[in-house]
Amino acid sequence: MQVTETPARADFQRSPGLLSRIDPRENIFRGIVTLAALAVVLIIVLMIYELTHEAWPAITKFGPRFLWSTDWNPPKARFGALPFIAGTLITSLLALIFGTVIGVGASLFLVEFAPPWVRVPVSYMVELLAAIPSVVYGLWGVFVLGPWIQKTAGPFILDYFSWMPFVHGPALSVGILSAVLILTIMILPTIVAISRDVIAAVPRSQREGILALGATRWEMIRIAVLPYARSGVLGAAILGLARAIGETLAVALVIGNSTNVPDSIFSPAYTMASVIANQFREIENDTHEAALIYIGLLLLIITLIVNAIARALVWRVTRGQITTVIE
Amino acid sequence: MIATAARNRRRRKTIDSIASGAIVAAGVGVIVPLVAILGFLLFRGLPALHLDLFTKNPGPTGVDGGGVKSAIAGTLVLLGLSLVMGLPVAIATGVYLAEYGRTRIGFVIRFLVDVLAGVPSITIGIFVYTLVVLNMGKLSSITGSDQKYTAFAGGIALALIMLPIVSRITEEMLLLVPQVTREASYALGVPKWKTITTVVLPAASSGIMTGIVLAMARVAGEAAPLLFTALGNNFYSTGVFRPIDALPLRIFTYATGPFAYQHDQAWASSFVLVMMVLVLSIGGRLVLQRRGG
Repeated sequence: MQVTETPARADFQRSPGLLSRIDPRENIFRGIVTLAALAVVLIIVLMIYELTHEAWPAITKFGPRFLWSTDWNPPKARFGALPFIAGTLITSLLALIFGTVIGVGASLFLVEFAPPWVRVPVSYMVELLAAIPSVVYGLWGVFVLGPWIQKTAGPFILDYFSWMPFVHGPALSVGILSAVLILTIMILPTIVAISRDVIAAVPRSQREGILALGATRWEMIRIAVLPYARSGVLGAAILGLARAIGETLAVALVIGNSTNVPDSIFSPAYTMASVIANQFREIENDTHEAALIYIGLLLLIITLIVNAIARALVWRVTRGQITTVIE
Repeated sequence: MIATAARNRRRRKTIDSIASGAIVAAGVGVIVPLVAILGFLLFRGLPALHLDLFTKNPGPTGVDGGGVKSAIAGTLVLLGLSLVMGLPVAIATGVYLAEYGRTRIGFVIRFLVDVLAGVPSITIGIFVYTLVVLNMGKLSSITGSDQKYTAFAGGIALALIMLPIVSRITEEMLLLVPQVTREASYALGVPKWKTITTVVLPAASSGIMTGIVLAMARVAGEAAPLLFTALGNNFYSTGVFRPIDALPLRIFTYATGPFAYQHDQAWASSFVLVMMVLVLSIGGRLVLQRRGG
């Protein structure tokens, strides 16, 4: 996407006086589009205000203790969000690690290894992954991935890796591992699309220089390509993280809905987004609703911060390319 | 000395082969999930595809048969509502960003549009719940309906998801229109607002259409923002101020249901939904690429 910057146009914008004297509709038009743009500011402000307002009973009642209390008891109106914060952090960070390793590997494959007749269709297929709706991933997770983990992958992992911490059974079809795998698949398109562009943007001279010194292809990637693309790849990974944190229904269908803090990769759990999706329609009392909106507010704040960091990083490299919006 | 160099060289070659192997494996690996998902959609969805799916409404829970006509109709209504409410603001915002937004305020708004794009859809759902659903009672004299959960609220939620996508693509597409086109219009004495509406926007229209189609593909599959706004409905309803069903909501409900017919219909509905979304997004991307995207 070529964005043409033309400094000449700035002259037209800085002297609207003449134009508007000739035609008052100039100001009306300008006013309308400016109002629309300001509506976006209003939406964000209103969103923060509304969520804070509705969550206020829970914020005043539980205070910051809400963040580290594990007591989630709707009938008794006692609420602590740690199980969900833990669930979100564990699933999205693990998905981030897997997604980044596979995603950057795949981007390197597409840019450095694959001939065009492979690169084009594979890039295309990865983009198709992004178009599949979340709930369809969830359905696939329930009927395909879950049973596979329960019958095949789970027992295998328990046989060979149960010496590792946080790996103990029983392997259920739902739980942390199912959610992590689904999230990994879902954030791959974001990571691949951006890191592919960033890696492709590394100048050829950079590669040729080190190859001329006798480096192998891997040494070229490790020494000349990856450090150059680092901040863009980091931005891609963090955008993927933001997507994983906010992902709702696919996770809600496969994570197993338990309000306990997970202690194994097979534990059923809840994430912040999925607990809202599952419990908001069956609210037991006003405090319950306020507590769930409080979680929604926390989720909003977390994703705002993560997105701001990611976009700052990606913007610096790609100068606001379109891929950052269509995820 | 020579032996050491040779060993060193062999070691580097080995590392290179291992790393290359891992990279190729990752490249092949990313296709596996897509093949697995599309494969199962065909394998489970296609056999369950039946004309009844499109022509019948959901029957009583637990009774075989029935279809998802109400959900398909609901998805179309919700898409229409979100377009009506979202597009004017989205396109106007895009125009502002491209034509008036080379300022500090423009930069802030551009950033906030991207921020809005990153807000989780479930949070959008809760926001619309607090803003619209909780206040529907106050509007009952205007809307003539006493329903809290409405297609209207669902449409707003989807419009908020569409807004950042369409406005950013509109901005990009307007910036692609050559500056000389604008200058030619100014030279004829056409004011800026008229240049934008009659010269620049028409020139960028096919690109903007693409953006709209891609945004439709995105929101057609969203269920999370509809959970507490449109709510879903077991009966056929296309009323704007009533709860309405949607295909993704129906899939979500059926995926967790206990009955085999629900699972079959969930797969078949997913197949229909994915086909719908893929046609929209592949079509959109093809046009976008032809325009040098």
